[in-house]
Amino acid sequence: MTYDLAFDISLAGLLLAIALWTIAARTNFPAIVLFMIYGLVLAIVWVRLSAVDVALTEAAIGGGVTSMLLLGAAARLQGKNVASEQLGLPGRLAAALLCIFVTAGLAYAVFLRPEVAATLAPMAKENLAESGLGNPVAGVLFVYRALDTLLEKVVLLLALVGVWSLAKDEMWGGIPGLRVYAQPSGILVYLAQVLPPIGIMVGIYMFWAGANYPGGAFQGGTVLAAMWLLVMMARLQDVPATSAPWVRLCLVVGPVAFLAIGLSGFVFAGSFLGYPEGHAKPLIIIAEATLTLSIGVTLALLVAGPPERMPQR
Amino acid sequence: MAPDAIVLSDATTADGYLLVLAIIFPVIGILLTLAFGGRYVERIALVLLLAGLVVAIAIFAAVLRDDQSLVYIVGNWKPPLGIALRADGVSAAMMLTIAVIICAIGLYARGEFGQSQATVPTRASYAFWVLLLAIWSGLNAMAVGADLFNLYVALELLTFAAVPLVCLKGYEETIKAALRYMLFALLGSVLYLLGIALIYGAYGTLDIALLSDRVRPEPIAWIAAALMTAGLLAKTALFPLHLWLPPAHAGAPPPGSAVLSALVVKGSFILIVRLWFDAMPGLLSFAAAQLLAALGAGAILFGSVLALRQARLKLLIAYSTIAQIGYLFFIFPLASGDSASTPWSSIAWTGGWLQLFSHAFAKAAMFMAAGLIAEAVGHDQIADLRGIGRALPVTIFAFGLAGLSLMGVPPSGGFVAKWMLLSATVMEGQWWWAVVMLVGGLLAGGYVFMVLGKALSSTTPPVLRVSIPRHSEVLVLAVALCAVLLGLVPLQPSEFLTIGRPDIHTTALQ
Amino acid sequence: MTSGVLLGYCGAVLVGLGLFGLVTNPEILRKILAFNVLGNGVFLLFGVIARRGAAAGLGADPVPQALVITGIVVAFSATAMAVGLLVRLNKVSGQTIMTSDDPTNSGK
Repeated sequence: MTYDLAFDISLAGLLLAIALWTIAARTNFPAIVLFMIYGLVLAIVWVRLSAVDVALTEAAIGGGVTSMLLLGAAARLQGKNVASEQLGLPGRLAAALLCIFVTAGLAYAVFLRPEVAATLAPMAKENLAESGLGNPVAGVLFVYRALDTLLEKVVLLLALVGVWSLAKDEMWGGIPGLRVYAQPSGILVYLAQVLPPIGIMVGIYMFWAGANYPGGAFQGGTVLAAMWLLVMMARLQDVPATSAPWVRLCLVVGPVAFLAIGLSGFVFAGSFLGYPEGHAKPLIIIAEATLTLSIGVTLALLVAGPPERMPQR
Repeated sequence: MAPDAIVLSDATTADGYLLVLAIIFPVIGILLTLAFGGRYVERIALVLLLAGLVVAIAIFAAVLRDDQSLVYIVGNWKPPLGIALRADGVSAAMMLTIAVIICAIGLYARGEFGQSQATVPTRASYAFWVLLLAIWSGLNAMAVGADLFNLYVALELLTFAAVPLVCLKGYEETIKAALRYMLFALLGSVLYLLGIALIYGAYGTLDIALLSDRVRPEPIAWIAAALMTAGLLAKTALFPLHLWLPPAHAGAPPPGSAVLSALVVKGSFILIVRLWFDAMPGLLSFAAAQLLAALGAGAILFGSVLALRQARLKLLIAYSTIAQIGYLFFIFPLASGDSASTPWSSIAWTGGWLQLFSHAFAKAAMFMAAGLIAEAVGHDQIADLRGIGRALPVTIFAFGLAGLSLMGVPPSGGFVAKWMLLSATVMEGQWWWAVVMLVGGLLAGGYVFMVLGKALSSTTPPVLRVSIPRHSEVLVLAVALCAVLLGLVPLQPSEFLTIGRPDIHTTALQ
Repeated sequence: MTSGVLLGYCGAVLVGLGLFGLVTNPEILRKILAFNVLGNGVFLLFGVIARRGAAAGLGADPVPQALVITGIVVAFSATAMAVGLLVRLNKVSGQTIMTSDDPTNSGK
């Protein structure tokens, strides 16, 4: 047994143990904290699978903003867990049987690996030079399957509009109810003053480096969102109203730029979301830059939630 | 090459750019309304609705004229590395139906969500128009998508637009219904994604046309297909995964209910058909097809019986949706695999799609009519709707026409569709489905006449709280008439709906 | 057994665990958590498939990795919307669990 395999076995075991504990925990708070740890361990697993871009995304989104979202929700929920609503033992047995059946089927599917794995890596690699990118994952996201990325950005915006629509009628366009700390403790304010400059630099670097190394707009944007949320929670900056023009502008600049570049492809490259010869990289960088900003603002506002109070005039 | 494989041009056809426009126009609308702070949201939405209708008509005309599918290769990257968009005959007809219904709903919604001037809109009206545009974009993307992951993103777009529509009014029951819908939809998406993972692992591509060539009837394909179908059935609310639909569709505002019942549930259905008939054609065994149709039969019986027991009009119509969706699943045993070589499979194919289109028109008309009734008398308890036919004659007439289509009574699209499906069942020797269809038709008659009977009882009409503008009633009638007009389609397999399908399925009936 | 296959089995178990949590736990927040565990299990399977597709000097097939990144972002949006609905429901009605309602109760 090599060191690699031993490491992987312990990593997999740790992951499963944490996941089991998350599902089985009795109260919300420990479950969410465990979920956060689960996200971070999963990021290490992704590195083991040679998927560093995914590791960055999982650490930032799964271990970061998702956990923040869930913690905020858990803090706001009132009402007790009514034990009488628990599914009875036969129901749980049936569910367990179903899950074991699904797991067995999937394990069997993993076991049945074909002789030669069908893969698109060679095709992805050989066409990468044409676009000037060095990171094949960025190539897939912004060149080969750019339509998916465009639609996904629309999905993000739509989720935000959906969350905003949950506000009360009178509060429409108001300030989201992100929990800020009225008497910020020393350590929170200290972190909010020290971390953001470093964080913003890291975020911008991640996006910039994403063209040739692991990274990209999603990862960088998430780090920016996290920094902004930190600053807002420590009350170093006010949470903006959702109807503020600059907020709306930042939200749309990314998708609009990406869509405009895509539409210009009709004229200059003969196809929607095609890039003209030799100009692919600068256009992709512009698209990614604006998308980083938009993603940052969108993710932060998704965590902040629906508007809950109106700004004072 | 496998005999059932789809042979399509793999280069962009002349009018292929229309497919991109169909997806992008609503997206432009969403971005514009966000940028303008919501000020002109209704105007922007209506302009784009019109533009989208023109695009849908253009696509339909192009497919009709060229007698082949429209194809668009996005970014000039051919599958398997890139993404293709394809509009065959079924897609074109689907997109036209979607466009007409959404335009009608848009006009209808001006009553409830219109803005009088270019002022800052209220929450509900802003959200409604954005969600409507997003639903349209998602539906178009599902109709022309030819890549399984692209279809996944479109499916998510559709879900995220549909869920907030359910709880737009903000009442407690609607929020509960929206949350239940969300959880079912999330489970559905994740199962679908799981299936995609297995398919990519086995065959190295997610393009439907390429898959039709590479997929073999082996265990991994079976497991993937089962997972994806289970997930999509949860989204289509097929019995027994239908629990979320009645409160969700009944709780949405009337234009929302119309678009949800008429169109959104059909989006995931199209995907199930694409999966079994296009991506994995050799896989649909007799047993699997019979299982799907059996669930459909269960939906028809269960949904119709429950509809008869409802006290509220909107819930009755929602249960009727569950029942009518069941008819769609007869396409699997009748137009597939074993039956594919007989001429009756193309009649079943045409019948199934006609059922989808005519139900879409009929259900949209019904929910819009129910909305007008609820607005007029302030409630939707069926027992208290005595005599409303005198107060809102056009609306009740439209409701009746839509009901004819649901029952399968001539002249209506529903009649032609059910007649075709019935002929196919009898001729292919699967007469047990015919029994279910006839019982379903009788039960549908039961619940439609339950409502009409109350509405047309000759006591004095109830006092209307609000007067309903005549143009709204006429709009509802127009949509119901579309369902009836579909009944003028000739009783033979449609050549248009077979454009782009493999040759086996195009054998016409003598 | 290589590490890829091991992590594949791990992903399969995560899917089963997440599914169990989603179906059995009555509290909605825990259902959302379970959905995330389930989703990550699916992504892990994608990752194993990507790793298996290493070729042409790349450590893994980039296409499934890009699909996973898209999937993670979509899963986050879904979580945000579900959490928003849950918090609103809790504010309006005080409940935190999914009750099996009879949908024929009255009300508009």
